[in-house]
Amino acid sequence: MRIGFPDEAPETRVAATPATVAALTKLGYDVLVEAGAGARSAMPDAAYAEAGATVTGTDEVWAADIIAMVGEPDEAERSRLRPGQMVVGFLHPRTGTDLIEALAARGVTALSMDMVPRISRAQSLDALSSMANIAGYRAVIEAGHAFGRFFTGQVTAAGKVPPAKLFVIGTGVAGLAAIGTAVGLGAQVTATDVRPETAEQVESMGASFVKVADVDQGPSSDGYARDTGADYAAKAAELYARQAAEVDIIVTTAAIPGRPSPKLITADMVASMKPGSVIVDLAASGGGNCELTRPGETYTTDGGVTIVGYTDLASRLPGQASQLYGTNIVNLMKLLTPGKDGEVALDLEDVVHRQMTVVHDGEVTFPPPPIEVSKAPAAASPAPVPAPAPETAAPPDQWSRFRQVAMLVAAWLVLSLVLPGGFLTSILVFGLACVVGYYIIWGVEPALYTPLMSVSNAVSGITIVGAITQLTSPVLAVQIIAFVAILLAGTNCVGGFAVTNRMLAMFKRS
Amino acid sequence: MLSNIVLGGYIAAALLFVLAIVGLGRQDTARSGNAYGILGMSLAVIATAVHTFTSEWNTLGFVLLVVAVVIAFTVGLTYSSRVAMTGLPGLVALFNAFGGQASAAVGINSALGVDTYESFNEQLVHGVTVWAAVVIGSLTFAGSLIAFGKLGGRVTSRPVVLKARWLVMGLLGTGLVGSLVWYMLAPSIWPLVIAHLLGYVFGVLMVLAIGGADMPVVVSFLNSFSGWAGALSGFAIGSDLLVVAGTIVGMSGIILSIVMARGMNRSIRNVLLGGFGTADSTGSAVAVLDADGNPRQAVSVDASDVAAWLLEADSVIIAPGYGMAVAQAQHPVAELTRRLIEQGKTVRFAIHPVAGRLPGHMNVLLAEARVPYDIVLEMDEINADFPSTDVVLVIGANDTVNPAAMEPGSPISGMPVLHVWEGHRVVVFKRSMAAGYSGVENPLFFHENTAMLFGDAKASAETLVTAVGTAKV
Repeated sequence: MRIGFPDEAPETRVAATPATVAALTKLGYDVLVEAGAGARSAMPDAAYAEAGATVTGTDEVWAADIIAMVGEPDEAERSRLRPGQMVVGFLHPRTGTDLIEALAARGVTALSMDMVPRISRAQSLDALSSMANIAGYRAVIEAGHAFGRFFTGQVTAAGKVPPAKLFVIGTGVAGLAAIGTAVGLGAQVTATDVRPETAEQVESMGASFVKVADVDQGPSSDGYARDTGADYAAKAAELYARQAAEVDIIVTTAAIPGRPSPKLITADMVASMKPGSVIVDLAASGGGNCELTRPGETYTTDGGVTIVGYTDLASRLPGQASQLYGTNIVNLMKLLTPGKDGEVALDLEDVVHRQMTVVHDGEVTFPPPPIEVSKAPAAASPAPVPAPAPETAAPPDQWSRFRQVAMLVAAWLVLSLVLPGGFLTSILVFGLACVVGYYIIWGVEPALYTPLMSVSNAVSGITIVGAITQLTSPVLAVQIIAFVAILLAGTNCVGGFAVTNRMLAMFKRS
Repeated sequence: MLSNIVLGGYIAAALLFVLAIVGLGRQDTARSGNAYGILGMSLAVIATAVHTFTSEWNTLGFVLLVVAVVIAFTVGLTYSSRVAMTGLPGLVALFNAFGGQASAAVGINSALGVDTYESFNEQLVHGVTVWAAVVIGSLTFAGSLIAFGKLGGRVTSRPVVLKARWLVMGLLGTGLVGSLVWYMLAPSIWPLVIAHLLGYVFGVLMVLAIGGADMPVVVSFLNSFSGWAGALSGFAIGSDLLVVAGTIVGMSGIILSIVMARGMNRSIRNVLLGGFGTADSTGSAVAVLDADGNPRQAVSVDASDVAAWLLEADSVIIAPGYGMAVAQAQHPVAELTRRLIEQGKTVRFAIHPVAGRLPGHMNVLLAEARVPYDIVLEMDEINADFPSTDVVLVIGANDTVNPAAMEPGSPISGMPVLHVWEGHRVVVFKRSMAAGYSGVENPLFFHENTAMLFGDAKASAETLVTAVGTAKV
């Protein structure tokens, strides 16, 4: 089959790169690339030809069996389509079905790249994630451009420069990419998300997570954040207001698929920001998370806050975006071409195929049946109980631990009244040994766990010491039992140390 | 004078044990760590012997000491120098059994030596510690022996669960508590003997119910127990040295058990209650379907294909599991690694935390085969590198590389696994298509980039060594 990649000007990205052309050819496809399609991604026609594609004109490309795009076909392009063709691209069926109805009218089959289900098997074709990753990176670069200061803190002879403070709302793929980029540039980053389970990821990227109160949302079942309740929204607003007054840059990424973006940053919050601050609104295409966002535009408010509302952040890094998107397309074609024979085998029983297919042979097949993709089995959870946590972003409660310890100490004092004296000092030794043991053992490399175990095993033979003291007992039975104990414990010691020595001698560096 | 030196020796010994563990923490200090341990132990034993026999000479006692020490050295040195590294888990379990029994014996002895107590409190505290040392020590002994049997194939490695398990356990518990009460009310040897025997039964039943692949947790846990038993007998005879050494061992075992259990995404309780890997968990067989909806067939290849892929590859990751140890394949695998490295390829090993039958078992096996330790990486260090790897060899591993763990609804869901399937090509060395320990089907075998190399892992690896070695570089 032939697969065609049209020139999508003014879009800077292209759905195929020379590298992906080669991969598609391996799958058995004849690849047609419209002349000039890769020019804005710095991929010249000659490179495509070299990789095995036929560089050709508009008509030939649109006559191919499969049309793969970054965006969506416009009206003129749609009129070129004929029944039996397949169209792949970002078709946005969730925000409106006009486009897919128009495609259905042409009798084609259409697969939408923004309908890839979030299951591990489909990760390699999840174009939303790969584009979100780029957008997150670019968002920070845009912020840095608009922000007239360093990101990193410095101490110079001319005085100290504090690091920029950056606040990320929404820690999906884009949010995490933004965090990584900003941390890398030296900014001090805090982040929040309605899914408290993302805190670990945030912290692993070097940012700190702030929690919006303790309204238990429960794990998300489809891998995306959901719209949230009113009680939660009020608490979140408090958090955003506090952060807005404090930070230099806010990056918002709270987009809910198929819905207008929630308004999280109000005009008042923008007004409370320091002059020179920047807001980058990654949800601008859905109307924006900030009330003042003008989608597609960047401007500075009267208060001196720059609001970046570009909706094409991924297109602003066209080389990378094309490469990743092209690879997503290759992975999709791999999935669709199990025989590697250049023939598409669309299987509507396969959950990935089914979810992505929005038009099948001229019939609209959107919306697809719902699927559950969450990793954690959504236990038969009782209705989430709103925990009565008054404080947002509560610091770890060191005092509840303190109270417990204090009570234990009191109980211990009572107990020590009745315990024999010698026993008490042994308890001291025991307590200290527990603490020391705990810390030194966590310090052992996993590769050395077997030697650790065999040495500690040998050390446990220390009971030999106890047995030796019993050898001088006047009771014969005691002496004999002590003899057996020495035999066993001694073997344990000698053997344990010897085998550890043998093992350790084998560990060599290259 | 003398007693001061003895006390000083004990303090030094306790600190030396701490230094031993600190030293073992890193590869470049590990051998000195072991030496600290030996020094500490020798110091403690000599100081005790000198102190005991200078304060009260006893000819029979001294003879017994010499005889016991000579036998201990002979047996310990012989056995530890002969054991194969694949038999190491069994050796650790066996020595552990000895340690546990010794603690129980010391506990009993300390009760035999005492006729009267100064006060009731004294009797209470001493009684409880003696009783606990006896129970834990005997439980450790019996449990470790069963673990030793399971590891060596002398006892079935399948979990054996009694029908009326909870009833039996309840009776045992009642019996143990009863023996304690009896001992408190009327101190004599008999309740301790009963507690000792019940401890045996308890240890046997507990470990029998646990499957062979869970032995890393069990051995760590019993190791911990032998430490606590030692600490308790330290309390019983008033020796702080025993308390320190026993506590460190106990802690080490507990922490290792936690690490292992986390590696399987299970709680320690779940492991120790046993019964995992029995029939009913196989229900969720995952059928991997091809485009036509038929179950996909695993692709079988022969060694020459694999050799060709290896020769083309720039980067190779080897993910070994217990099967490699069983087949004794570590030597040919190491030789294969050396030849591939000589040809300028990057070869690394990916070690899952619970691979093998002991924590860190794979590392020791590979070290024995002279694989340098800096190319042997932990799961977290290497998991991100699979997508950029040309060939992944899975040798005798199954559950630890099972992509089903990434999806809900499987008994191993949520267990951290090596993402081998992200490699460009995956070759699985396997005897047959049988499921792994957890009884879960492995969809990895049906992946489109996976090929199966059936047969004995050692023979397969040897064939590969020859094929790779004779090829022109």
